[in-house]
Amino acid sequence: MFKWIHRFGSAPFVYRLAGLLGPWVGWLCLIVMLVGLYLGLIVAPADYEQGESYRIIYVHVPAAILSMFVYVVMAVSSAVFLIWRMKLADVVAQASAPIGASFTFLALVTGSLWGKPMWGTWWIWDGRLTSELLLLFLYFGYMALRAAIEHPQSAARAAAVLAVVGVVNIPIIHYSVEWWSTLHQPATITKIGKPSIHPSMAVPLLLMIFGFQLLYLYIVLLRTRIGILQREARTSWVANLPEIESSGANRV
Amino acid sequence: MTPKRKQRLILVCLMLVGVGLAATIGLKAFKENITLFRSPSDIQAGLVSEGTRFRIGGMVVDESVQRRSDNLDIKFELTDHAHTVAVSFNGILPDLFREGQGIVALGQLDADGVFVASEVLAKHDENYMPPEVAEALEKAGKMPGTSANYGAKTLVQP
Amino acid sequence: MSDVAAFFHMGGYAAYVWPSMLISLVVLLANVFISRAQYKRVLRQTAQRARAKAESSTTGAKNQNVKS
Repeated sequence: MFKWIHRFGSAPFVYRLAGLLGPWVGWLCLIVMLVGLYLGLIVAPADYEQGESYRIIYVHVPAAILSMFVYVVMAVSSAVFLIWRMKLADVVAQASAPIGASFTFLALVTGSLWGKPMWGTWWIWDGRLTSELLLLFLYFGYMALRAAIEHPQSAARAAAVLAVVGVVNIPIIHYSVEWWSTLHQPATITKIGKPSIHPSMAVPLLLMIFGFQLLYLYIVLLRTRIGILQREARTSWVANLPEIESSGANRV
Repeated sequence: MTPKRKQRLILVCLMLVGVGLAATIGLKAFKENITLFRSPSDIQAGLVSEGTRFRIGGMVVDESVQRRSDNLDIKFELTDHAHTVAVSFNGILPDLFREGQGIVALGQLDADGVFVASEVLAKHDENYMPPEVAEALEKAGKMPGTSANYGAKTLVQP
Repeated sequence: MSDVAAFFHMGGYAAYVWPSMLISLVVLLANVFISRAQYKRVLRQTAQRARAKAESSTTGAKNQNVKS
C-alpha cells in the first residue's frame, strides 16, 4: 500500500505516467467540450427570464468552479510540500498556477459580459466579485513570488506559504452570496435539495464543467512534465529518455 | 511521522488558523461595508440617514410601476415583504427590470422618504428553466423561490 | 429569420454571448499551445545539456587517460 503511494513521489514514474495519460485526457476533453457546447448552445432551450443570454453560463460557471478547485489543489499540494518536503507536490502547485489564473480571468470577463445585459452593469464591488478578483491577485502573487526570488528552494517555500494562506479566500468566495447582500445570485448547482436548473440545461452545464476539469488535468500533466524535466535535468534517467535522445539528435 | 514533519504540520495548521481568524474578524468588522445594499426594513428602522447615498435592494412590488409616456421618469415601490419604500428613477433600466423582480438601486432618500435613484440594477435568481416549464410551474403555483439575501432576512417567495 | 441567423443572433444578446465564447476559446487554447511549446523547448534544452555533458565527460575521460 505504502509502496504504491511512494511511486507517486518518484519523478521518472510520474513523468512517464503523465506522458501516457496526456493524449487520452486531451482527446476526451475535446469530445466532452464539443458535446457540451453543442447541447448548451444549440439544443438547450432559452431561459424563461434571461432568454438566450443565459448561455454564457456554459463557460462562466465551469471557469468559476475550476478557478476555486485549482486553487484548492494548489494549496493542498503546497501544504504537502511544506510538511513532507515532497518536491513533486511543489511541481504540481507550480504547474497549476497559470491555468488557475486563466480560469479566474475567464470567470471575471464572462461574468462581466453577462452582467452588462442582465444586471445593467459590467462590474460592481459586491462580495462575490471582489473576492473572485482577490483570487486572481493571489494567483498573480504566487507566480510573481516564484519569479522574484532567485534561489529556487526559497522561492518554492515562500510561494507555498502564500498558496496555503490564500486558501482562506475560497470559502469567502463560495459563501459571499449567503453572508452578505450581493448583486450576484446564490449558487445554482451546488444548492442542496431541489435542483434549481432544468435538466435540459443542467446536462450541458455538467458536461462543460467536466470538460474544463479535463482541460485542467491535461495542462497540469503537461506542465508537471515540464517541471520534472527542469528539476531533474542533470539526472541520468532524463538523459536516457528516448524523447531526449531523439530531440538531441535532430539538432546539430 | 517524524517529529520534524509533525512540527511543520502544526506550523501550517497554526498559520491557517491565524489567517482564518484574522479574516473572520476583519470581515465581521467591515460587514456593513461589504453588504452591498440596505433593505426597506433597514430604512424603516432608521439605520440610514437622509441625504446619504447608499444602495437599496428589494423586490419591485406588483402593479406599482408607473411610467410616463413623454419621458423616462419611472416610479415604483420596493419591498422586502416586511416594509415598502417608494423609488423614483430617470434613466435606462436593465432588460430584467420588471414587477416581481429583485433589483438594487443606488441613490438617496428625499425629505418625503422617497428613494431617488441614479442607477437601477437588476438581480436575477439562481433558477434556470425553459419558458414552458416556468409557465407550467406558475400555473401550478410551484415556482421555486430564491435564497437570495435581501438584507433584513432571506426571501423565499411563494 | 433562418435557423442559422437566429443562432448567431442569440435573441439579441450576440454581442455578449459570442465574445464570452470566443475569449474562453482563445484563453484555453493559448494555455494548451503555450504549455506544449514550453514542453518542447525544455525538452530541447535538456537534450542539448545532456549531449554537452556526455561530450565533456568523454573528453574528460580521454584527458585523464593521457595524464595517466
